[in-house]
Amino acid sequence: MQASDRFNINSQLEHLQAKYVGTGHADLNRFEWAVNIQRDSFASYIGHYPMLAYFAIAENESIGRERYNFMQKMLLPCGLPPEREDD
Amino acid sequence: MDDEIAKTQEERKRMQQEIASLDSVTYDRDLYGGTDRDAYVTSIPVNDEDDANNDAMNSEVVRKLSYTAPKNVYDNLPRGGADEDNSSGFLKPSNKIIDREDDYRRRRLNRVLSPDRHDAFAAGEKTPDPSVRTYADAMRQQALEREEEETLKAIAKKKKEEEEAAKAEGGSKRRNRWDQSQDGGAAAAAAPAAKKAKATSDWDLPDAAAPGIGRWDATPTPGRVSDATPSAGRRNRWDETPTPGRSADADATPSGGATPGATPAGMAWDATPKGLATPTPKRQRSRWDETPATMGSATPMAGATPAAAYTPGVTPVGAIDVATPTPSAINLRGAITPEQYNLLRWEKDIEERNRPLTDEELDTMFPLEGYKILDPPASYVPIRTPARKLLATPTPMGTPLYQIPEENRGQQFDVPKEAPGGLPFMKPEDYQYFGALLNEDEEEELSPDEQKERKIMKLLLKVKNGTPPQRKTALRQLTDKAREFGAGPLFNRILPLLMQPTLEDQERHLLVKVIDRVLYKLDELVRPYVHKILVVIEPLLIDEDYYARVEGREIISNLSKAAGLATMIAAMRPDIDNIDEYVRNTTARAFSVVASALGIPALLPFLKAVCQSKKSWQARHTGIKIVQQIAILIGCAVLPHLRSLVEIIEHGLNDENQKVRTITALSLAALAEAAAPYGIESFDSVLKPLWKGIRSHRGKVLAAFLKSIGFIIPLMDAIYASYYTKEVMVILIREFQSPDEEMKKIVLKVVKQCVSTEGVEADYIRSDILPEFFRNFWVRRMALDRRNYKQLVETTVEIANKVGVADIVGRIVEDLKDESEPYRRMVMETIEKVVANLGASDIDARLEELLIDGILYAFQEQTSDDANVMLNGFGAVVNSLGQRVKPYLPQICGTIKWRLNNKSAKVRQQAADLISRIAVVMKQCQEEQLMGHLGVVLYEYLGEEYPEVLGSILGALKAIVNVIGMTKMTPPIKDLLPRLTPILKNRHEKVQENCIDLVGRIADRGAEFVPAREWMRICFELLEMLKAHKKGIRRATVNTFGYIAKAIGPQDVLATLLNNLKVQERQNRVCTTVAIAIVAETCSPFTVLPALMNEYRVPELNVQNGVLKSLSFLFEYIGEMGKDYIYAVTPLLEDALMDRDLVHRQTAASAVKHMALGVAGLGCEDALIHLLNYVWPNIFETSPHVINAVMEAIEGMRVALGAAVVLNYCLQGLFHPARKVREVYWKIYNSLYIGAQDALVAAYPTLDDEHNNIYSRPELVMFI
Repeated sequence: MQASDRFNINSQLEHLQAKYVGTGHADLNRFEWAVNIQRDSFASYIGHYPMLAYFAIAENESIGRERYNFMQKMLLPCGLPPEREDD
Repeated sequence: MDDEIAKTQEERKRMQQEIASLDSVTYDRDLYGGTDRDAYVTSIPVNDEDDANNDAMNSEVVRKLSYTAPKNVYDNLPRGGADEDNSSGFLKPSNKIIDREDDYRRRRLNRVLSPDRHDAFAAGEKTPDPSVRTYADAMRQQALEREEEETLKAIAKKKKEEEEAAKAEGGSKRRNRWDQSQDGGAAAAAAPAAKKAKATSDWDLPDAAAPGIGRWDATPTPGRVSDATPSAGRRNRWDETPTPGRSADADATPSGGATPGATPAGMAWDATPKGLATPTPKRQRSRWDETPATMGSATPMAGATPAAAYTPGVTPVGAIDVATPTPSAINLRGAITPEQYNLLRWEKDIEERNRPLTDEELDTMFPLEGYKILDPPASYVPIRTPARKLLATPTPMGTPLYQIPEENRGQQFDVPKEAPGGLPFMKPEDYQYFGALLNEDEEEELSPDEQKERKIMKLLLKVKNGTPPQRKTALRQLTDKAREFGAGPLFNRILPLLMQPTLEDQERHLLVKVIDRVLYKLDELVRPYVHKILVVIEPLLIDEDYYARVEGREIISNLSKAAGLATMIAAMRPDIDNIDEYVRNTTARAFSVVASALGIPALLPFLKAVCQSKKSWQARHTGIKIVQQIAILIGCAVLPHLRSLVEIIEHGLNDENQKVRTITALSLAALAEAAAPYGIESFDSVLKPLWKGIRSHRGKVLAAFLKSIGFIIPLMDAIYASYYTKEVMVILIREFQSPDEEMKKIVLKVVKQCVSTEGVEADYIRSDILPEFFRNFWVRRMALDRRNYKQLVETTVEIANKVGVADIVGRIVEDLKDESEPYRRMVMETIEKVVANLGASDIDARLEELLIDGILYAFQEQTSDDANVMLNGFGAVVNSLGQRVKPYLPQICGTIKWRLNNKSAKVRQQAADLISRIAVVMKQCQEEQLMGHLGVVLYEYLGEEYPEVLGSILGALKAIVNVIGMTKMTPPIKDLLPRLTPILKNRHEKVQENCIDLVGRIADRGAEFVPAREWMRICFELLEMLKAHKKGIRRATVNTFGYIAKAIGPQDVLATLLNNLKVQERQNRVCTTVAIAIVAETCSPFTVLPALMNEYRVPELNVQNGVLKSLSFLFEYIGEMGKDYIYAVTPLLEDALMDRDLVHRQTAASAVKHMALGVAGLGCEDALIHLLNYVWPNIFETSPHVINAVMEAIEGMRVALGAAVVLNYCLQGLFHPARKVREVYWKIYNSLYIGAQDALVAAYPTLDDEHNNIYSRPELVMFI
């Protein structure tokens, strides 16, 4: 990257993107990405009422319970992060 | 008859005086490039009237005082910028700040950067080190200065009295001046003695002297090169004459150190340098500090050399005036007016300073024993760089003996030394600050501290003079390392730079920016430097440049957040009753910024205390002024604190000091203005004193009181408003006759405010106000001053809103025929505004006749350039009268026709402009025949040679065509248009704009009247118009292409346009592509696309790119119509997206983007995926425009194809082994994610669980 590129719109774009939770970067590992995916998924389930209702019927739970469960799962959706083998 | 003559004569005399006074007002503006002091002032007295101390010093002296001194020196100063300008043959207007400042603002240069203050927070419980300046010191010093000032005043007064007595005593026997002066001298000499006895405690301050040194090294006051060593030179001339007008400099020198007896045993060089200036000379002075006399002049540099803390400074000079008064000083003892005094003082300063101090003189000054000559301290370093010596000393300070200059082979005399190490170019005036950077040889020998200083200097120089990248990195380094450098070294470098007299706007902006950044980092470490910073930043608050003011506010606000309220108050409190009005004024403004930054409630207790100060009226004055500034600054946000603010200042209305009463009234006005229309209940307590005040006061105070009433009345309920208006109106009507300009303006303003208030009845206004109002204000004289003029027009319009059109217009309509043109213009402007506001339905037949008659007269008689008033007035009246103008139209048209034939271009232009204003009304009056006639007349004048006039004529034709339509137009369109074709060649903007508008209008509405061949000819001319600078012209041209294509079919037009793609000029090609796109849009894309795509086969970059760009615009314009054409253009885009040329791919990508966005949801996914496959490989492009276009194309695809499809493209690279690849893919992923987060949920890849981590999403496989 040239010196002039550092200040143009594209670098700003990346900076802008970085402000959103859930965006990624070149050093993201499998675990971190999976956590984002899981959280997005749960948020999406909760956000779409028909989805919640569908899951509720499938699991024979109340919709509120489902919502609560999803919310809880968002805390540690993939369990504890794996120990880093490298570096 | 005689009476009348006498009256006229008197009138004339008055006018002459008026003009003379106008001259004198504008005098210094002319000199200084038009700084309009008034433009700034938000309340009546800010400068002159409000000046506390220069009652006696009239403005002329101020002017002389300050333009002689600095100018002289500035002229002699080498200026890099100016020289460069001259050499290039152009004289650019100077952008130095000082050149556009007025004298008042220049007083900033008189201020001194005070020494660092004690930071109570950092020190905790510890007693402050005596060497550190504490709040108490600052206050004491302040008190001392005041006392000095008062004593001087008293002396002056006494002398004056004596003189008067003497005069009265014997008219015949004139007293010798010398006697007087001795008397004066004796009196003066006695004064300090008396004072000493009286104020021993002050005099004996143990540590007051110490800061003196700090001050000197801290304050390289470059601004003072002219009066370099101002303080030393001027301070404590007790035996000198009184200085009623001293305010300017008195404040500049904190005189804490000026105590004669302060450090009897201390070594002189470490005692205050100023002490010497006192009548009791220092006994213990060591001789050695006489030698480096150059140092005296080099004061500005004192801070620049690390060792400067030990340099003796400027001392020697001050002593002279004690011992041997110069002739001018002797003169001073005599009877003098303050003006003379100031003039002489300046002269004396210069002479003294140019005078060498010899050993003999020193011998005569000092007693024979009682002191010893000390060796210079080890750390004393003479000036290191001769280059600086040359430049920094415009006035030789009197080196007593010739010294053989130290030889320096590296020295270059005329050429500025090349800055080493990639440093930016240094301007000559920068040497005194940055000169040390020039000799690098000793770099290694420097102590760490010095190295640090040097580093700071380098960075600052880069910020100040460097290229943008240099500046950027330097600024960043300064910010990052701010805490490492420390507040002291940083500010000691930056602040003196800001006091540099030759500073330019840009430089100041950059330096202020440095301060801002550094402030943020240093946070509480700035505390000791708060006052210093304020000294340089406060002047920004009254700068005429809006952005400078904002910048200043921002800094002060950040500063107060960093330092905290307590520190801010401690730093600024002493300045509140500073003797210099300038200091108080800026301090008040700064305080208002602090209040808005830290909240008004925090400041309220302090303000309350200040406003009730018993010690000095200045403190009360400033306190109240702070309230005023707060109101001005934060506007309606004062409302929650309104009551407390009013309570704080209300007692000021009855203050014993007139200035305090004035400012209180003004502050109330500001508060009421800020609070409007709420908050009347908060003003309850001041109503009574205000109303009492307007009965008992006269002059300025009355003006201020009236102003505040004027602002309070609109807040009141209708009943009260009407009552109070009637009360105040008596006074107002009395003051209608006031000769004072300021009073006139205020009275007009108050009348306007009262009249516009709800409860005031029209009848009352008609009977009580109008007669006097018109008698006193509607006179010719009012039209001469711009501000009076505006105010009068506004007020009259406001009155008209209440009493109706007929009353007002009826009174002034006769004056449309007045002999004075400015007056006629004022009448016309008023009529225009009134009629535009209220319509003309009130105007009866008789008045209508008078009005039209008057307007015609005024219109015809106008001679001045400011013609728009008459034109607008005419237009407004005619338009509001509407059909009633019909009987007058022949007459009006006759006038117009006659004037169209006038010799003067201006007159012709006005006549043509008038046609375009009244065309609509003429149509309303069914005067189509008349319009046709005018059309023919205008047509005949199309040969006009003045472009301005020709533009107006075209505009008039356009107006006529617009209202009577293409078919009825005379001359017929088919004759008119061919006449316009050559005019299209005209390069004048006004002509082009009007002509293209007219042609476009004809092409739009009446294309069929003109043969196709003519239109083609016009097409060729239009291509040239695409070069126009004005965007409006280019847009009109492009649209005209569309109309023409619609009229004669796209083929020929398109051929012309496609040919134009071959031209070199980019702007031309871009406009052509837009025109092609518009043609395609107006004539349906299928008529254009084949030819366009065929053109792509031309093996020429510009053409192919033009075609692609047209496609891009085309698909942007046609939106979802694109679905029919997408398959047709896909092969072309395929080719373009695979082209070697970057621009091909870029433009094709943007075409794909528009296409995708247009056809989203219309079932073209197959083609789009196909195109996406061609776009995708371009994601690794690095050129900013290309990558931008590609990313946008992908975004478009996301919209059209859905996020899932694009995600599938993305997945392959998110975890690619090469980092560069991953980065790009994650960027795409992120924009995808931000654009359609929810849609991605269903499309994420299935991840398998690992050890104890759950990555799968079982919910998605549930099935009922």
